[in-house]
Amino acid sequence: MTGVEIAFVLLGIVALSSAVLVVTTTQLVHAALWLVVSLGALAGCYLLLSAELVAWVQVLIYVGAVVVLLLFGIMLTRAPIGPSTDLDSGNRLAAFAVGLGTAGTLVTVLLTGLRHAYFHLGDNPGTGTARSLGDAIFRYWVLPFEVLSVLLLAALVGAIVLSRTNIGRVAAPEDDSASEQRGRR
Amino acid sequence: MTTLAALVILAPFAAAWIGMLGGRRVPLGPGGVAVIGTAASTVMALVVLAGVAGDASHVRESSIQLTPTGSIPITVGVRVDGLSASVALMVTVVALAVQVYSIGYLRGDARYSSYAAFVSLFTAAMLLVVFSGDLIVLYVGWEIMGVCSYFLIGHHWEDPGATAAAIKAFLMTRVGDVGFLFGIFVLGSAANSFRVSDVLAAVPRMSSGELLAGTLLLALGVVAKSAQFPLHSWLPDAMAAPTPISALIHAATMVAAGVYVVALLHPVFLAASFTLDLLAVLAAISTLGSALAAFAADDIKRVLAYSTISQLGLMFVGLAVDADRVPSVALLLSHAAYKALLFLCAGALIHAVGSNLMADMGGMRHAMPVTFVTMTIGFAALVGVPPTSGFVAKDAIVGAAWDAVRHRGAAPVGLGPSLVGLVCALLTVAVTAAYSTRAWLLTFFGPVRNDAVSHDAPPVMSIPLIVLAVPTLLLGLAAVGAHQLRPELLPATVSLALIALGVGVAYRLWRGVPVRDPAIVLGRSRNAVRTAFYTDDLYERTVAVMTRRLAAGVSVVDDNVLGRAVSRTGRGARQLGGILRLSENGNVQAYLTGVLLGAVVIAVCAAMLS
Amino acid sequence: MHVAYPVVLAAMLFSVGVYGVLARRNAILVLMSVELMLNGANLNLVTFDIWRSDVMHSGQVMALFVIVIAAAEVGVGLAIVLLVFRNRSTIAVDSLRELRERTDRDGTAPEDAMDPP
Repeated sequence: MTGVEIAFVLLGIVALSSAVLVVTTTQLVHAALWLVVSLGALAGCYLLLSAELVAWVQVLIYVGAVVVLLLFGIMLTRAPIGPSTDLDSGNRLAAFAVGLGTAGTLVTVLLTGLRHAYFHLGDNPGTGTARSLGDAIFRYWVLPFEVLSVLLLAALVGAIVLSRTNIGRVAAPEDDSASEQRGRR
Repeated sequence: MTTLAALVILAPFAAAWIGMLGGRRVPLGPGGVAVIGTAASTVMALVVLAGVAGDASHVRESSIQLTPTGSIPITVGVRVDGLSASVALMVTVVALAVQVYSIGYLRGDARYSSYAAFVSLFTAAMLLVVFSGDLIVLYVGWEIMGVCSYFLIGHHWEDPGATAAAIKAFLMTRVGDVGFLFGIFVLGSAANSFRVSDVLAAVPRMSSGELLAGTLLLALGVVAKSAQFPLHSWLPDAMAAPTPISALIHAATMVAAGVYVVALLHPVFLAASFTLDLLAVLAAISTLGSALAAFAADDIKRVLAYSTISQLGLMFVGLAVDADRVPSVALLLSHAAYKALLFLCAGALIHAVGSNLMADMGGMRHAMPVTFVTMTIGFAALVGVPPTSGFVAKDAIVGAAWDAVRHRGAAPVGLGPSLVGLVCALLTVAVTAAYSTRAWLLTFFGPVRNDAVSHDAPPVMSIPLIVLAVPTLLLGLAAVGAHQLRPELLPATVSLALIALGVGVAYRLWRGVPVRDPAIVLGRSRNAVRTAFYTDDLYERTVAVMTRRLAAGVSVVDDNVLGRAVSRTGRGARQLGGILRLSENGNVQAYLTGVLLGAVVIAVCAAMLS
Repeated sequence: MHVAYPVVLAAMLFSVGVYGVLARRNAILVLMSVELMLNGANLNLVTFDIWRSDVMHSGQVMALFVIVIAAAEVGVGLAIVLLVFRNRSTIAVDSLRELRERTDRDGTAPEDAMDPP
């Protein structure tokens, strides 16, 4: 076992166990924090695989923005601080079965297919750098890149529209209830 | 000759078509069209009769074959011989008289156009029965007559009694028609052809079982159509029809069709002696029973209806006890004339008085002389007073019964039935005289009970009466030429004595101060006799009640079993759907679980199978 | 290094994410589980890119794009969760059952009756 493999296994264990904790813990905020750990370990995995840009983008966006958003969501929905008993639905057994099935299928198929596949990690040293990835994006992938920016704009607009509270209506809350009553009659 | 016979059938048929399609607006009026059609038919029937008069037993036929049926072919054709030509002439003359009479009787009736068309159609159907050369075509004519009878009895369908009588007549004759059709099938398959000549020729070859089955089934149809016991009770109720219809259908033609068929297929019946025995007994019961019922009836049309049943029974007795059909056919022809005459006279009386009951008529001979004279002639023929045609024919039948009893080996029937036939025939002669005299006295003599009648029937009604009275009176003289009809001394004397007895008894009972109904002699049994010994009641209690219960049971089954099965199936389907609906609980995670589980299963299968 | 290591890790992460999506009641936990699934897919993409030395770097570029899309999705998803919370005061996914089939007590559907507004 090379050093890369050992490091990868350790990081993998960290990622996987924190992922399991995300889906099983009884404390809502802890789940978000374990998610941070898991995503961070994954960023480490990416580094080991020499995908530097992806690793740092993962840290920036996922850990930095997405998890923060999730934490905001947790706070805004009045999440209980401390353990709560009603975080798991009655579907647990079926979900466990499906998860187990998925895991078994995927692992079997992948191992069977990739039995003799090995990395040659040192052969291509600049493969994950910002320079080569930037080259690739703006040479081959520029159109999807532009579409993605439009997508982000749409998501932004959508999020704002969905979360505003009656901005633009002239009536005050009392007149709202009156107009509702008139509508019902 | 055969072409002319075909035209005889087609002329009234054309008149019926024109009448039905044109309604009230045909040129010359619906009555005119009908009379012209029937008159043309009469003239042609006369020519046909003149043509066959030379050799009456020779049969002339012509036919066309229809498309092959696959088994026994049906031919459409005409069969002319002495029997059919004479009966056809009788039918057309009576039909013509009735059509002319109806112009006056039904003046102002709103449905006269359809009435006249139906009468023409009926005439065509009867002529089809008479002239048909094929048994299936004969059956077609038979059925069309039944349908026309239904429509015409129910002519005044606003009267629920008329509608009920029409349905009753139709149903009872229908029961017989089933047997009739199957009898035709049996005989046709035995002879391998439906043509009458072929069937008659094949009689020696047929097995006794086929003959018995065929004739018994035919006899069922004949008994129903000719209103013999036990299927007789429709005829008195059918008197709800307008009187000209009673004259045409229920006296002269349709009910006589049964007698005609037995006469036509007489060789077949002669070979099946059990059927003749049965027919003789049933006819004997009918003839005496209905004569007694006629004696007790209050409605003049019912008297004549029961009288018809009685005379038809006599014709059947004649066909049973005599191997020669001439006496019965002679009675058929003369009965048609005098019964039609009697009915039309009764119609004139009813038209004038406004009521059917003899209690409302009395002393009418002063107010209606023409009707009086013609009706007297009719009654005389009915009773059998010489020299009317009724005397000759009835006497011939009585003589044949007497011969059958004496030479018991030579008769077609056994000793028992022929003895029964003879006794009943003789008794009927006496009772016929009695009820005829009673009706004649109650209607035309005694105190005048209805002052409103001041004049006789209009000419359009009295001329047919006179026209019919002539053959009634004189046909007897014409028949003396035929050797089969020559009266024998002993039977003739006995029947004349019985006639005198009947007339005398009725007159004695009637005469007195105050004049009274001779039927009072029946005393307490009058009700039983009047309703023909409660046969109708019996049918009501058994057949009608059973049928109604069966219908109620079927309706209950339909509602509860079938109806519930349908609604329960619907409910069951919905409940089954409800079970499936349990998975639609709105929980998104449950849906997702299902989707992903399915995806995993598909992936596993794909991996394993590839 | 054997390719199996990252690939198996990705598969396990994905399965854990599936379990989380199906088993957790809180909508935000469901969103977190979806992030786990996306990360499993991402790891797979990067692995195959590095293993095959793709000239166009499609795997890594795709991974970047997936990160972008995940971010957009979380944004909109949280907006929806907040809206649901505002209307129902709860974000337990198994209490949001409006799509269920409505039946009467005896199990027959009142198909002709109008549902009360």
